[in-house]
Amino acid sequence: MSQLQPFRLLLFALLAAFTSVLVSLLSGSVELSFDDLIAYAVGDIPALQRQVLEEIRIPRTLAAFVTGAALALAGVLMQVLLRNPLADPYILGLSGGAAVGALASIMLGLGGWWLSGTAFVGALVSVGVVFGIASRSGRWSTTHLLLTGVVVSAGWGALINLMLSTSASASVQGMLFWLMGDLSQSRVGLLQVGILITGAALALRAARSLNVLVRGDLVAASLGVHVNGLRLSLFFGASLLTVIAVTTAGSVGFVGLVVPHMLRLTGARDHRLLIPFSLIAGGTFLVVADTLARTLLAPQQLPVGVITALIGVPSFIVILRNAASK
Amino acid sequence: MTSLLTADNLLLRAGHRTLCSGLSLKVEQGQCWGLLGKNGAGKTSLLHTLAGLRKPAEGTVLLGETPLAALRPAQIAEKIGLLLQESVDALPSTVLETALLGRHPHTKGRLFDDAEDLAIAYEALSKLGIESLAPRTVDSLSGGERQRLALAMLLAQRPRLLLLDEPSNHLDLGFQTPLINLLLSQANGSQRKTAPPSDNVSSGAAVIMATHDINLAARVCDNIVLMIGDGETLVGNALDVLTEDNLGKAYDCPIARVKHEGRTLFYPL
Repeated sequence: MSQLQPFRLLLFALLAAFTSVLVSLLSGSVELSFDDLIAYAVGDIPALQRQVLEEIRIPRTLAAFVTGAALALAGVLMQVLLRNPLADPYILGLSGGAAVGALASIMLGLGGWWLSGTAFVGALVSVGVVFGIASRSGRWSTTHLLLTGVVVSAGWGALINLMLSTSASASVQGMLFWLMGDLSQSRVGLLQVGILITGAALALRAARSLNVLVRGDLVAASLGVHVNGLRLSLFFGASLLTVIAVTTAGSVGFVGLVVPHMLRLTGARDHRLLIPFSLIAGGTFLVVADTLARTLLAPQQLPVGVITALIGVPSFIVILRNAASK
Repeated sequence: MTSLLTADNLLLRAGHRTLCSGLSLKVEQGQCWGLLGKNGAGKTSLLHTLAGLRKPAEGTVLLGETPLAALRPAQIAEKIGLLLQESVDALPSTVLETALLGRHPHTKGRLFDDAEDLAIAYEALSKLGIESLAPRTVDSLSGGERQRLALAMLLAQRPRLLLLDEPSNHLDLGFQTPLINLLLSQANGSQRKTAPPSDNVSSGAAVIMATHDINLAARVCDNIVLMIGDGETLVGNALDVLTEDNLGKAYDCPIARVKHEGRTLFYPL
């Protein structure tokens, strides 16, 4: 790859991200025009439009972008940690723990901060359980970690089904929305943005070591990588990113699995490229999906997780076919 | 002059088994050492211990005059390179990208490769005859091509000490001896061009290879470590160690040694 090409692609990706954000800000039940955005930027906008932008569109678009970027980055890191192309942010059972927490809140009729709070606690419990089992046995082999995650996920899955089947039907729809991923109540603050930026910066700094780690623990160790430290940071880094994503938007599927692979298939195998591109593409993908989720059947809102899969599956198949025929 | 690598009184265990005990050796610049022994005798474990990836139960390994345990992994990787038996192909990268990974110990936190890294990686690929594969992804390579790529990565690392685990795996018979000679010839090419020519200590590499091929070892190695099992090891000049008696004991099978056209050959009976 020539030196210039990545920069051109990066420019293109940033442009796509910018466009998706603009479209997201402009679409919805209250008509807004490009002129309104400019008016907002110079501080000269009618109260209604200002309210719509400040209280609904901007927070929601920001939440979508941050969630998508965090999921895509977490997916990249999990795939390196487990050296498995099927790994996604939820593979170690973290979303299951978060779901049980969130569903408990819904069952008890608690909303708002309770929902994200209990989801957060559930996710942390899950991280703790997987880490406890993996480190206790002293085996951080990818297979062992993967099996631990799969089993823990299955356990959470059983609890989720138990809660779904015993809940009042009125609260089941809320639960299903949470499980499929939904951005309608989502807000992110400085904390989430800060975690994402810090995580991205650290991951980019370690990008070269990640390239080596993908080729195996022994190869990495023989090339001077501090393997145990790096894998531990990957585990906690990816977990933390996933936690902020699931507490913001529920378990939005597909972004963390498919975005990194799409980029890999289009040539960004090197983590020095893959990490920045995943952040931009993941964020853009979820902003687009969320815009569709709230406009396709308006005024009805769809869970964004449904849209991510509906767009994700066909586009992934196209890219897979193109890559195979090369 | 200090030896490149010194192992002093090594004791290695795997579970309850003793792989070697009281093993001492001094590897000098320009030497080629062979590790022989039957499957599971501990050749790979010994190699990993010499590379600092595994701690010996007793004894020390010195790189120059410094114990490996006192060095950071990155410092060891600047001097010692290891060819592993197996490679991981999940999430494959291209041949060139893989060869460039060998430069990792020398990048010192630099995020992107510079022109010198690229030149060194291309040179390594062309020395192994796989320059034309550079843009291919590694999962499309044959076994022999993968082995050449792993060796190219090792050359790109430019280590002073090359530890090879079954280097002849998957390689054509005719390429095996030239390959070892190529690796040994790194002896003078392993210093960076910028190093002052008077710096004698930094010139001269050495090779230690674990192999199951006695004939290859006899052909290219000056010194042999023969792992007999139960912790017993024989260390010394190749033809002194590779006697029919010793080999018979090490491999649990009678092995004949014959001279043919000035070469010493071995075959099982």
